[in-house]
Formats: sequence, C-alpha cells, structure tokens
Amino acid sequence: MTATTEAPAAETGAPRLRKEDARLVTGQTTWTDNLVLPGMLHMAFVRSPFAHARITSVDLSAAKAMPGVIAAFSGADFGDEQGSLPCAWPVTPDIVIPHHPPMATEEVRYVGEAVAVVIARDRYTAADAVGSVDVSYDPLEPVLDIRTALDEGSPKVHEAGNKSYEWPFGNGDIDAAFAGAPVVIERNYRQQRLIPCAMEPRAVVASWVGDEVTLWSATQIPHVLRFALSAFFGIPEQNIRVIAPDVGGGFGSKLQVCAEEVLALLIARKLGRPVKWTESRSEGNMTVHHGRDQWQRISIAADSDGRLRGLKVDLLADMGAYLMLVTPGVPLLGAFMYPGIYKMDAYSFRCTGVFSTKMPTDAYRGAGRPEATFAIERIMDELAAELGMDPLEIRERNWIKHEEFPYTTVTGALTYDSGNYEAATARAKELFGYDALRAEQAERNARGDSVRLGLGVSTFTEMCGLAPSRVLGSLAYGAGGWEHASIRMLPTGKVEVVTGSSAHGQGHETAWSQIVADELGVPFDDIRVLHGDTQVSPKGMDTYGSRSLAVGGMALVGACDKVVAKAKVIASAMLEAPPESVEFSGGKFRAGGGGQEVAIQDVALATFAAHNLPDGVEPSLDSDCTYDPDNFSFPHGTHLCAVEVDTETGMVKIRSYVAVDDIGKVVNPLIVEGQVHGGIAQGIAQALYEEAVYDDAGNLLTTTLADYLVPSAADLPSYVTDRTESPAANRLGVKGVGEAGTIASTPAVVNAIIDALRPLGIRDITMPCTPERVWRAIETARAGAATSGTSNSDGGAA
Amino acid sequence: MTQINVTVDGVSYVDQVEPRLLLVHYLRDVLGKTGTPIGCDTSNCGSCTVLMDGVSVKSCSVLAVQADGTEITTIEGLANGEWHPLQKAFHAEHALQCGYCTPGMILASADLLRDNPNPTDQEIRDGLEGNLCRCTGYENIVRAVRRAAQAGAGQ
Repeated sequence: MTATTEAPAAETGAPRLRKEDARLVTGQTTWTDNLVLPGMLHMAFVRSPFAHARITSVDLSAAKAMPGVIAAFSGADFGDEQGSLPCAWPVTPDIVIPHHPPMATEEVRYVGEAVAVVIARDRYTAADAVGSVDVSYDPLEPVLDIRTALDEGSPKVHEAGNKSYEWPFGNGDIDAAFAGAPVVIERNYRQQRLIPCAMEPRAVVASWVGDEVTLWSATQIPHVLRFALSAFFGIPEQNIRVIAPDVGGGFGSKLQVCAEEVLALLIARKLGRPVKWTESRSEGNMTVHHGRDQWQRISIAADSDGRLRGLKVDLLADMGAYLMLVTPGVPLLGAFMYPGIYKMDAYSFRCTGVFSTKMPTDAYRGAGRPEATFAIERIMDELAAELGMDPLEIRERNWIKHEEFPYTTVTGALTYDSGNYEAATARAKELFGYDALRAEQAERNARGDSVRLGLGVSTFTEMCGLAPSRVLGSLAYGAGGWEHASIRMLPTGKVEVVTGSSAHGQGHETAWSQIVADELGVPFDDIRVLHGDTQVSPKGMDTYGSRSLAVGGMALVGACDKVVAKAKVIASAMLEAPPESVEFSGGKFRAGGGGQEVAIQDVALATFAAHNLPDGVEPSLDSDCTYDPDNFSFPHGTHLCAVEVDTETGMVKIRSYVAVDDIGKVVNPLIVEGQVHGGIAQGIAQALYEEAVYDDAGNLLTTTLADYLVPSAADLPSYVTDRTESPAANRLGVKGVGEAGTIASTPAVVNAIIDALRPLGIRDITMPCTPERVWRAIETARAGAATSGTSNSDGGAA
Repeated sequence: MTQINVTVDGVSYVDQVEPRLLLVHYLRDVLGKTGTPIGCDTSNCGSCTVLMDGVSVKSCSVLAVQADGTEITTIEGLANGEWHPLQKAFHAEHALQCGYCTPGMILASADLLRDNPNPTDQEIRDGLEGNLCRCTGYENIVRAVRRAAQAGAGQ
C-alpha cells in the first residue's frame, strides 16, 4: 500500500459545491432533445389503444402522402432485423421469456405498445401524420389481475401461458420455526404499480456515417446499451458509440434497452439521415417501464417474548406484458432483504412472476428492496401490537447487535460487514423526541382527539453496491458487477478522470474530483471527470443500484494507486534516491529523511518530456483499474415519522420526519444529504400519493402529471437528517446512499398512519394512503366491520 | 403563418410562426434557446417556466403568437454579468441534482420573490406548487429560495 492513504483527507468529507451546477443553473445543458444535426428527421409513434388485440392491418398510405412526411413503417417493415428486446436476467432455467419485438407485428399486449412510426421533417408534422395512420385491430381479452391470471380458463397474454417463472429460496427449518410458535401473524400487502417519472422525458438521436452509428440517449447505461445493441441487434460493437449527455434523472427508468432506441437506430440506417425522438409525458407514463406491482403474503412466527423464529414470504410479481432488461430479477433483489436487520431461525421465500397486459415492470429506485423492507417493517409493527410491545422494543429484541458483525443472515447468502443499529436508533429517537411524542399520543387518544397522532418506525438495511460478479453469476444475471476507471496525468499536471459510472444527477464530477484530489494530492479544480460517452469512457457498467461510489469509487482509488506507483519510479530517479526510500503524500514525493521533494505535477511533465527516464520505464503515468467488489455494501438507518391523521377527512399530514442513516464514510455531505432528501420524498410519494391505475379495459388512466401525483413542495415536509457511521469493509469505507431514503421512508409513513388509527381497529390501509382510502377505512372501522384493513385491500383505484 | 415580434433575453426577433406553435418550441426549435426544457406538456411540472413581461408562465401552455409584443426572460438571460442571486443560491444550497427542473424552478422562484420578497418556508412551498422536482425532495430548494430572498433577490 502506498503512503497516499496517510495523506490528510482535505477534500473527502468536505461539502464541496458541485462542478456540474454551472451549466445547469444557466441553461447551458446538453439534454438529448437539445441536439440538432444537419438533415435530422423526427419520429413519432403510433401506439396501441388496446391492452390486448390482434393487429389485422396497418395502412400507412395517407400518412406517407402528407407533405413533409419522409417515411412511415409498421412492425412488419422491419422484419427480422428488429430482433427481440433483451432480458438479461433469466432467473430460472425454465423461465418463459416471450419474443419482444421493438415494434409489434401481429399482436399488441399493452396500451401504448408501438405499432407504427412516422418520420417527418419536424416534430409537428410527425405528430400530425400519426393521426393519419389507420390501424385495425381484433380486440382480445386483457389480463389485468395477476391474482387470477394463473387460473384455469384465464385469457393468455402469451401462448405459453401467463406464468413466467417461479423462484423458491429458503434456509433453515421453516416448518420447525412455525410449528408450535406461540405467535404467528400473516398479512397481505400490496406494492402498487408506480411510474418513475424522471423529469427529463426519454429522448434519442441516432446518426449513421458509413457503417458507424452514434446514438445519443437519455440513458443511465451507455455501456450496457452499447453491448446490448451489438449482442442482440447485430451491429459490430466497435462501430457503435453511445453518448449519454446531460441526463435528467433516471431512478431506474433509464436502465433499459428501449424499443425506441433500437428503432431509431434501424430507421436512421434505412433512411440514411439522422433521426430524433423525444417522448411526451403521456407517452412516457404509458411506455417507460413501471416499478413495483407486487402482491405480498408474509407470515412471521415468534416466541411470546417477541423473539423471531421464522419468516415466510410468498410473492406474486406483475411482469407486465414482456420481460425487459432486468424485469424478472427485480423481485429477487428483495428476496434476501425480507429478514432485514433481524435474527431468526429460518426463512423461506417464493416469487411467482406473472404476465399481464400492462406495461412491463423493471427497476425503480430501490428495485425489490423497498418492497421487502416495507413488508418486514410493517409486520414487525403488527407483531409489536399483537404482543403489546413498543415497535422499537420488538426491533431491538431481534436486531443484530453491533458487536455481532460481520453477521451472516438467516438467508445464508448474505454477510453484513458492519452496522450499528443501536447507535442510529438512539440518535433518531433523540432528534425525534420519541418519548415525548408517545406521551402526547397517549394523551390525545385518551381524550378522543379527532386528529390522531401516529408514530412510524422503519429500521432498515439494504444491499447495494451492485455487485460482486460471482454472486451475479450465481443468480443467472447476464453481466458482471465491476466498474472501471482510468486516470490520465496530463503534461501540465492536470488530471483527467474517466469513469465507467454514468451520472444523471448524482454529482460524480464533484465527488470523483474530491477522491482523486486526495489520492493524488492535486487541487480539486485541476481535475476533470469524463463520463457518459463510450468513445471517451470505453468501459463501464454504469449507474444504478447505489453502486457508483462503492464500486466505481474503488476503481478510482485503484487507478490512482497505479499512477502513484508509476510516478514513484520516475520521481526516485529525479530525486536520485532509491525507490524504496521515496514516500508519497500530499502530492509530493520525498526522499527518505531529506528535504528533497518533487511534486507529482513535475513528475508528469518529466514523464511527458521523457528525456531522462530510467531504463525500461514507459513514458506514461496513465493508469486504469477495473474493480470487482467481494461483497455488497449494507447501508442502514432508522427513520421515524410522525403523522397527524384527521379522522373526519382522512387527510394525513406529516408532522415531522427524522432520518438517521449509516452509509459509512461520506465523500461529500451536501450530495449525501440531497440523496437522502430526494429518496425520502420518493418513498413518501409511494405511501401517500402515487399509483399507476389501469381501468377494466387495460387503459392507463394516469397518463399525465395531473393524474399521476408526483408530489410538489407543498405536499412534502421538511426532513431532519443525521448520520452515524460504521465503515464498510472497502478501503474508502463507503456503502451507498442513492436508494436508502426510498427504501426506508415508505414503511415509516404507513406505520405512522396505522399507529394513529390502530386504536380505531385499523391495521392496514392499501397504498397510496389517499384521504379517501383513509376516510373509508375509518368509516368501515366505525361501522364495526371485523377487520377494517381488508375492506380496502384490493388495491383498486381510489 | 403569423408574424410576431418578441424580445427574448434582451434580443428582439421578428418571425413568421404557425398559430399553433407553442412558445417553448419557438424558444427551443426556432431560436435554439434550449436552456428551457419540456417536462410534461400539460403545465403540471413547470420545467418550461419562463418570465413573460416579468411574470412566470409555463411556456408549454402559451402559444408563440400570444408572446407577440412581450419580453421573455429564460434561464439563459437571467444572469446580468454575474449570476442572479437565485442561481447563486441554488448552487450554494445544493438545490439541484439532475438539474432538469432547475430553469423553471429558478424562474418560478423569481416570480414568487417579486410577489413576496420575504416569504416564509410554507409560502415558498405553496408558491412553488406548480413546479415539480423528482431529485431533491424540495428541502434544499426551499433553503435556496430563502437564501436568495435574504440576498435581496425580490427587492
């Protein structure tokens, strides 16, 4: 190990303002839709108005005859060249992966599926021409409820049937754990379908020059996309350049190989002209992959003192109409997380992936882990209520103690490297004023206050830093989990950092500069971070799963180590001292004991000149590193939420929200805090506001932001945040923060609502907990229904 | 085609436009002023907010012909030699992540502070209800508007 780790950490940990901001606050951005190329044409899609239908004819003649229309194509016009959109995660050997052409040819299976495309000189003409395409359909029966989709006689989404796969998993003697358990609780929870709603709609531009193509796309995954376009659509990889310019948020929704990307590439080749497509929000709500949509049955067995014995989980996961890039794997990312932070004797899990005639689901912030965390944190509250214990008390009785790390969980598959649930919870309780709020709650309940106070607890952990390649291989995932970085020492002593991570709001240009500034001892402002263009950053696995710092950051330090090692050889020649006597810190090489020193910038210049290098030493300090983690990282935290529920109106108001997160060491506290804020907001949105709603014919009703309620500033509280720290095993000591808030906050809010209403006999309300649903639950409870929660657990539209 | 006279970020333009052309498409596609992005088409998200004669409008819901004779300020014209106090404050408070909503959020905030130079946090939240952000959870946006107000942005 070099001496760099002993250098004072001047940058890492500092609240550096972001380098990215200058272009973003002044409008000097490079969103994909901004791009204009000579001769560029505009695409607009004709999309299915039916959830399920056979296409009987597509008449493009009227559209083609319109002035300004260059071409129009139906699915049949692409023949075999359009191939099938890839699914990279065949989770079982017998999984059903239906053929998924980018444009439907014979049958449509969700509203919004592309059936034809018009290419025109400008976007208005293209939109006009869409209305002139005449498509005839024979409607078929839609499949809209996966709970009955596996019944005999159900209409079929695909000829092979509606089941995609069944994935069982377990460890320990689950029957023994449940047999004779003094307490067994079973609950059914609903993870409603969500729409990611990144603020920047998807956009793509494709341009061919000869047999080389450049694809600009609002994507999170330029590298994965390039590989997929080559591997599945027959374009030689060396001839594809993918550029993700400024990308306006993703949250998993831009972790996809989209039909429109493939079609843009094929159409630009057919026409010999560049083409652009930018979706409207309505088009996006229908056809950007959706998130969640699971039905969860969870059973927990405990001793009468609250000690957990076992946990059983049975999931039905809605795949939608097709399997997209990681569709079937998303629920399985949660499979290992249902036990959460708790010790128990046995665990069993089963997930059945089922097709429906809806938009496919896929990764959405947290991807499997929010669903798992919701279920375990909700049922821990139910268990506490059953046993007459405080929700925090039952958690403390069962969680892994800080001295027990590293700890292999009941799954047998995960070893948590570090954590301190006691510390995070103690700090959260203090900031929240937990005991005083409990006293206020008791007083208000006693006097029958019509506005009830509820306290919600979520003590969560997650697995992130995706991922050790070997583990991904064992789960049948189609790629590795490493990340790449390279460092280019320029002759003037400035530094170019090339990263395979692909930021779309995460601030990598700033945070990566901080890390490299410390590792190489060069000024923050002398560093430029390059990313998001496969010609500039040739190798990478991109940004998702809270992986960029825990994996990509480690690749950075690995590359810096190699730069220092190379520079040391040259510096020792410059200092006329043996290499083993030369030490490096703070950007300076020093000969042992003496006052002689040389700066890394001087070494860079001497290397560039290459006049006096030692024999056999190459004239370059440039280095790269590909880092493959040997474990996931496990951020955790305690989130506490206080809500006021108006029992007359059903209105829920979040009174206070405290988040104490342990994400290991922090590179930039401003960026971390921002990630926590945004994550909490997205989790609250699931708890209170958002749901993708299909009607009985399979039409999406929530196609605009007037119907799909992404919350505004007026709908959300102020958050109190703090951190505790138990460093991860990697050298940077970092864990990941991108998804933590979203994973933690949904159960914290719903637990608070149920805590407020439990004295009325309510034990569940299906998300989103809209005023109408809360009010109906209260009215039903008041009417004396035996189990209030089941009255609105059908998950239908509020 | 209809002729319009519009001043955008201090430059006057005379153009023939289709009556149905949206102001945001006029800015982006005709003038090449791509600092103003489009987020939703239905005036819910506010990404496309610009100032028309000093008042915030959602340019996806204004026709270019309605802008005839007006002065439009976009994010590209807000700085005057140095960044506007709101631009400085959004940077200083880390009030943006992906930055897509930021132009609209800043211009809506400018209008908010013009109406109310010293808003409370709740007034800031209520005043920005028509602008959606998916990244920040709004906490730092509220802080940034407060900071800009203290710097006299609304005076």
